[in-house]
Amino acid sequence: MKTTALLGALTVAGLSAGAAAAATLDDVKARGHLNCGVTTGLAGFAAPNANGVWEGFDVAVCRAVAAAIFGDPMAVEFTPTTGQTRFTALASGEVDMLARNTTWTFTRDVDLKFDFVGINYYDGQGFMVPKSLGVSSAKELDGATVCIQTGTTTELNLADFFRANNMAYEPVPIETNAEAQQQFLAGACDVYTTDASGLAATRATFENPQDYVILPEIISKEPLGPLVRHGDNEWGDLVRWVLNALIAAEELGITSANIDELAKGTSNPEINRILGVEGNLGEMLGLSKDWAINAIKANGNYGEIFAKYIGENTPIGLARGLNAQWKDGGLLYSPPFR
Amino acid sequence: MTTVTDPRSESFRLSQLIYDTRYRSLTIQAVAMALIVLMLSWLVSNTVQNLQALGKDFDFGFLFERAGYDINQRLIEYDSNSTHGRAALVGILNTLLVAFLGCVTATVLGIFAGVLRLSKNWLVSRLMAVYVEGFRNVPLLLWIIAFFAIMTEAMPAPRAFRTGEAEMALFDTVAVTNRGVYIPAPVLHDGAGVLITVLLASLAGIWAFRRYARRLQDETGRILPVGWISLAILVLPNLVAYFLLGRPITLDYPELGGFNFKGGLHLRNSLIALWLALSVYTGAFIAEIVRAGILSVSKGQTEAAYALGLRPGRTMRLVILPQALRVIVPPLISQFLNLTKNSSLAIAVGYMDVRSTLGGITINQTGRELEGMLLLGGFYLAASLIISAVMNFYNASIKLKER
Repeated sequence: MKTTALLGALTVAGLSAGAAAAATLDDVKARGHLNCGVTTGLAGFAAPNANGVWEGFDVAVCRAVAAAIFGDPMAVEFTPTTGQTRFTALASGEVDMLARNTTWTFTRDVDLKFDFVGINYYDGQGFMVPKSLGVSSAKELDGATVCIQTGTTTELNLADFFRANNMAYEPVPIETNAEAQQQFLAGACDVYTTDASGLAATRATFENPQDYVILPEIISKEPLGPLVRHGDNEWGDLVRWVLNALIAAEELGITSANIDELAKGTSNPEINRILGVEGNLGEMLGLSKDWAINAIKANGNYGEIFAKYIGENTPIGLARGLNAQWKDGGLLYSPPFR
Repeated sequence: MTTVTDPRSESFRLSQLIYDTRYRSLTIQAVAMALIVLMLSWLVSNTVQNLQALGKDFDFGFLFERAGYDINQRLIEYDSNSTHGRAALVGILNTLLVAFLGCVTATVLGIFAGVLRLSKNWLVSRLMAVYVEGFRNVPLLLWIIAFFAIMTEAMPAPRAFRTGEAEMALFDTVAVTNRGVYIPAPVLHDGAGVLITVLLASLAGIWAFRRYARRLQDETGRILPVGWISLAILVLPNLVAYFLLGRPITLDYPELGGFNFKGGLHLRNSLIALWLALSVYTGAFIAEIVRAGILSVSKGQTEAAYALGLRPGRTMRLVILPQALRVIVPPLISQFLNLTKNSSLAIAVGYMDVRSTLGGITINQTGRELEGMLLLGGFYLAASLIISAVMNFYNASIKLKER
């Protein structure tokens, strides 16, 4: 009995760990598609559309990586992961990369053995309450019942915030955003807390969004970005530079509309290098010459992706804020393509 | 003249290991053993190798690090500054709590439903059949979620109590909200210890009296009114002590304050949903076990008891149940084990059991999947073994004693 239990545990561990070998790019190429871990559904960031096709701000990163490798943005299989299952899914090799509004922290990078390849959304944790509650500041939440996704940094920030302000609260742990939404709307919790972008995205799907307010306090830094497993640097480089290509494309004015024109050659050598007209950057990554063209064509450059899925003209209506290009007063700054 | 011929001494040949029935079973066992050892060592070396490839070590030190997260239902002191080990302990206690509550309720429910299903009343027996088949044949997870949904969606929010849309039940002592049920909590004052001692003493008194009554009946045949006297022993001394000591135990009633009800005992929705779902689900299985146990006692036993002049109640208690229990208890043990292990479905409604704390948040924050899962498996294994040991002890005490 005892040995059987041990055996089972070891089998699971052994099999799952066995898949997590290096040379991810070769595996992906041999498989013919990319395995990408996303959320179980967060409007604007990652959710299946009416036709069942995944789309969103995080999904676009996966699509760009797939396009860079295969030239086909649809060569992705999405694995919905919860806050608790995402890291196991990545560490075990079930997915090749995570693009799942995951906060870059020291322990996740160092102790959990992941590599964050960059930041695609600068976020912070906020609180959402029903207007009828009459609360205007997070400091007034003493004694409130708070819905919180388990296994997240927000869970830890929440504990720290209430502790630092000497307030009591009742956490209601939930697994997914959809569950949180249901609990919050049913009034089973007074407050829903997660990244401010997530709150905006969730509120956008409510029947009466105007009945809910997001409190002004942002209690943490939540730099969200795609991540890969530790130990396969080539693969990490690939995902990092696909993301950088999207950001640099916006800075340099490469859009999905003019990219075919620019790919014929321009007077700007950096654009030429990105688009593979000059140099052999693609080859260095183990990809074809037109890797960046495909990646940018998939959903447009960073700015286009932002505007399309979560920007001010979408129901989610997020301003660029910190996520503007450095030239426009934001924090987005891609290293040079050289 | 007789000649005794010695049996020809056979030399051992290798083929005998397969073709000779004396050795064949040994050979098979040796080969199987070798295969198992090989597989085990492969598993271990594979795990070690892959952990190394991931750059991870095998270390339980995380149990002593700061957890950093809060848990809503705590049976012992805990806050976000406590260690992961303590968080695991909080989870273990929550698991044991819901398992204990569930086992008790499921047994009571199961015995009722099992006996009533044998009722001669058509309606009653059909109703019980519907209960048993309905709950036994739908996955437990659905019941948990259904109960939880009813609690959160259909019950009023605490705010509704302020505006008068909802009212507290049972003379303003119990508040049923969409965040759980608030009930009065006992508060101990000076002298409560004495009262509890009196209670324990009266329980001991009842036990001693019952032994005496039984011996008296065995020796003289006189039957004392055991039930009434037991009740008197239980109630009278405690009532007197309660007022003499100046009401050392009072009730703390829940009151609306701030966002939620304050005071009283808060039974969270997650606990209630999990407890009810586990009880009715396992209760349906226990009902069938009880029914089978009662049916296993032949009708002749009842008729013989009646012929001796025993009344139906005594017949059930003295003749049928002791024999039925022998059939009921062994499968009942596995139902208790099932219930305990099924409580790990708590995660579906956010009940903070050991699967949610140690196996969920702690693993997620520390990245110690292998260690956490081994500990979790070890805990459930130990819990199950303890439950079956206790139940086996009980089983041994009621089983047929051959003299």
